[in-house]
Amino acid sequence: MENIRTYDLVVIGGGAAGLAAALKAYENGVKDVLILEKEPCLGGILQQCIHNGFGLHTFKEQLSGPEYAQRFIDKVLETDIQYKLNSYVVSITKEKDVYYSNDEDGFCHIKARSIVMATGCTERTPGAIMLEGDRVAGILTAGQAQKYLNIDGYLVGKKVFILGSGDIGLIMARRMTLEGAKVMGVAELMPYSNGLSRNIAQCLNDFDIPLYLSHTVKQVVGKDHVEKVIIAKVDEKFNYVPDSEMIFDVDTLILSVGLVPYNIILEDIGTKMSSTRGAYVDENYQTSVEGIFACGNALHVHDLVDFVSEEANMAGISASKYLKGELNNTSEVTLTKNGNGISYIVPQQYRLDNIEDKIAFKFRVRKPYHKVKVVIKADGQEIKSIVKPHMLPAEMETIKLDKKILVECKELTFEIKED
Amino acid sequence: MYDIIIVGAGVTGCFIARELARYKLNVLVLEKNNDVGNETTSANSAIIHSGYDPLPGTLKAKLNVEGNKMYDQVCEELDVSFKRIGSITVALDDKQVETLKELQIRAKENGVETILLTREELLEKEPMLSKDVVAGLLAPTAGIIDPFNLSVHLMENAIDNGVKLILDEEVTSIVKKEGNFLINDKYEAKVVINATGVNGDLVNELINDKTFDIMPRKGQYYVFDHFKRPFVNHTLFMVPSDKGKGVLISPTTSGNYLVGPSANLVARDEKSTDKGTLNNVKEQANNMIENIPYYETIRTFAGIRATPSTHDFIIEESETENFINVVGIESPGLASSPAIAKKVVEEIIAKKFDLVKKDDFNPYVRKYIKMKSLSIEERQRYFKENKDYGTIVCKCEQVSKGEIIDCLKRSCPPRSIKGLKRRLRVGFGKCQGGMCQPLALEILAEYYGVDRKEIPYDGTKSYILYKETKGGK
Amino acid sequence: MKEFVCIECPKGCRLTIDDNLNVTGNTCIRGKTYAINEVTCPKRIVTSTVVVNSKIVSRMPVMTEHEIPKEKMFDIIKALDEVRLEVPVKCRDVVIENVCGTGVNIIATRSLDK
Repeated sequence: MENIRTYDLVVIGGGAAGLAAALKAYENGVKDVLILEKEPCLGGILQQCIHNGFGLHTFKEQLSGPEYAQRFIDKVLETDIQYKLNSYVVSITKEKDVYYSNDEDGFCHIKARSIVMATGCTERTPGAIMLEGDRVAGILTAGQAQKYLNIDGYLVGKKVFILGSGDIGLIMARRMTLEGAKVMGVAELMPYSNGLSRNIAQCLNDFDIPLYLSHTVKQVVGKDHVEKVIIAKVDEKFNYVPDSEMIFDVDTLILSVGLVPYNIILEDIGTKMSSTRGAYVDENYQTSVEGIFACGNALHVHDLVDFVSEEANMAGISASKYLKGELNNTSEVTLTKNGNGISYIVPQQYRLDNIEDKIAFKFRVRKPYHKVKVVIKADGQEIKSIVKPHMLPAEMETIKLDKKILVECKELTFEIKED
Repeated sequence: MYDIIIVGAGVTGCFIARELARYKLNVLVLEKNNDVGNETTSANSAIIHSGYDPLPGTLKAKLNVEGNKMYDQVCEELDVSFKRIGSITVALDDKQVETLKELQIRAKENGVETILLTREELLEKEPMLSKDVVAGLLAPTAGIIDPFNLSVHLMENAIDNGVKLILDEEVTSIVKKEGNFLINDKYEAKVVINATGVNGDLVNELINDKTFDIMPRKGQYYVFDHFKRPFVNHTLFMVPSDKGKGVLISPTTSGNYLVGPSANLVARDEKSTDKGTLNNVKEQANNMIENIPYYETIRTFAGIRATPSTHDFIIEESETENFINVVGIESPGLASSPAIAKKVVEEIIAKKFDLVKKDDFNPYVRKYIKMKSLSIEERQRYFKENKDYGTIVCKCEQVSKGEIIDCLKRSCPPRSIKGLKRRLRVGFGKCQGGMCQPLALEILAEYYGVDRKEIPYDGTKSYILYKETKGGK
Repeated sequence: MKEFVCIECPKGCRLTIDDNLNVTGNTCIRGKTYAINEVTCPKRIVTSTVVVNSKIVSRMPVMTEHEIPKEKMFDIIKALDEVRLEVPVKCRDVVIENVCGTGVNIIATRSLDK
């Protein structure tokens, strides 16, 4: 019989979430930890996010993405946490078998007593948004262009148009401009930007790059390579406004149209998934499979990496509790529900007696709100309302509630109340 | 001097090349793109039709039925995915049921088995059927195929058996010189076979007067990711009408699903997609299946079909002696193509040359290693031979570097990102290459010993990287 | 009176500054400094890459250790063209001292040992 190595904790993904989860579990007594990372180095997507602005919450400093990652990597290197690079996890089972492959060990089968899924997210593709026109070279996602530019050292084009005002798109507008490309404009389907306002200021305004709100790419034109993009204004129902077309002669179209949690291997074992396309989790970030936890962008897309680390810390603590047999998985469950104006809530359920003193609920709003209340109801009865001066879909909202106000109920609803 | 030059390396040209490779002939294939099967062959429904519906007596009817029967052996020899999943033509009202009955008579004349099924019988086979479906005609011999690798493996096998392929060579001139043909002032041959698909009429007119037109007809499709929920198990067709065959819903050999095509006459190079047409496809498909998961769409695409003005395949020697047209191969062209090649060689080429079989013709391609489908032990065995089999490049589809290198070392290797995608499904999955394209690009550049800038996305002019930053290395 | 969005943190406060350099709308001291700089001498952090002889990446991410005058951005990017780094590099190693006479260093922002 083959001797199958069993680890106390296997963390899948060595990016921001995986590193933090592994470290926190380690600090809480889990010493037999293995991180499996698909890339040739730890750090995940942060390694290509070379701009500054990371870590203000965690380190009270403005770090670049790689430096933010480096701080965690250095800590991991000080511990006995094991890690394997170039190692892609092909599949797992509900019994926590883990199958991975790399160029050192080949195709391997290991077992885990607990698993943290920290597999991050992928970008929405031209196909997913049904981009119209010619499907030619020169259409890239912002992340692809970022990898080529910041890691491989290649610019993908000289005249660029960007579809979508997500932060990566805005950041890439500045990066490509600095490296010698001409960015002709950014079109955003919604009447508001999907990026942080600071990025509009420092990535677009600094370089006089126009932002076209309520506009989208109507057609990509090109024979072998992008030759031009035609953009058009859209109405409230996203139909093209007649005669609003503008033509840009560009060789490159960059898409920054959203991120989707990447969970192929979780879906494959039939784990319950949520509307975010991340796992359905409880207050311990435990998925529908006991002992498998999820955090970071694999769970839901975060706006700031600091919040990813924070969430991963929780998942790491939960894994350690699970291994010690301290997780209660039996008492009554309360479901959380996204009401008016809210697109999702994480966690999707919780057990009141598992909460020590506070619990954080994370969500995003469906559209920008100003001076509204977030009303929280337990089985329809308002238990709290919080005034919010501004809320934007681009930003993840967090509401921390004291255990003492959370009465026993079947359903806890969050909704926006406008005056 | 070549005995035969085949112009065009679509599936028709590839099948003919491989058929000719069996004989002691000096054969050259000229292809304008940087890969084989790069036009209609790689943008269609990927269906091997049963042959139940072409008008009896036409070439389409005869060659479809014959070709369909040849596919088991062809795919076995060439290591190409092929599954006879059967097709069901669904009727939405009593009038359409009558049409199904007429089609069943036509099928019988064509020699194709069909079974008329009631709604209840259909539901057992297709639980997601829309409430409007009242009956269906099952054709059990219909199948699905991987058309990308069909053409690639055909050409690989042809080359391994002595055929020569020149890529990036668009034929712009053909002249008769002392009884032979001179193509592009460079290549001489006794016989020329025109297998240029959508451009079939234009290439014909390089040497002949116009006797037919090829009308490019564009079809747009949705491609869905593979997913676990039940969806469709057969290729579902609508009842054909005056407006054409309508849309189909079908699984693919790779576990994805196709919904389409639309049908509009267009200019030759027009392969764009648009939401209006795709919404129309959606409306038609919704008549067949409930709750089609459009949110699983990973891409949309358009293909051009070569509709001949004659309404049947054109497979004949032209006015110019020894210039043979094999054009107008629209649907059911893919299904018919092995029989088309056989017809061309046995009925036309046999009259031109004394066909002598090669003793050493090997009909098999070396088996492709597909790590994803192997057991742990088998994977470890390959890994021990070559560490590249451990490095997974495409995460969504689980393709290793070893498989990519193996593919590159073959006789008809990919030269572009798209060529690699078509062969091994690298970048075909959920992220559409978002994660693996840079690595795939690096592997191609390393293998060919060129800078990464030189690796195109598709055609030679379709660069991915524009220039190196910081003054280069 | 001038208005702009503060870029000091992701919050993006809307700042207003009058002719006497009185700042409103800020929620911290950094916002005030930013607003005053923005009308007197706008400053930015610049991030880019330099060539490195690593086996796993082709470029080392770098940034200005502090803010530099905004109009020097492109000069600084150009200065990076000359750099050829050799591994090992430690995060925060100085890549260029006093870049373009700004008094600010360019530093590496990741460690690479191979």
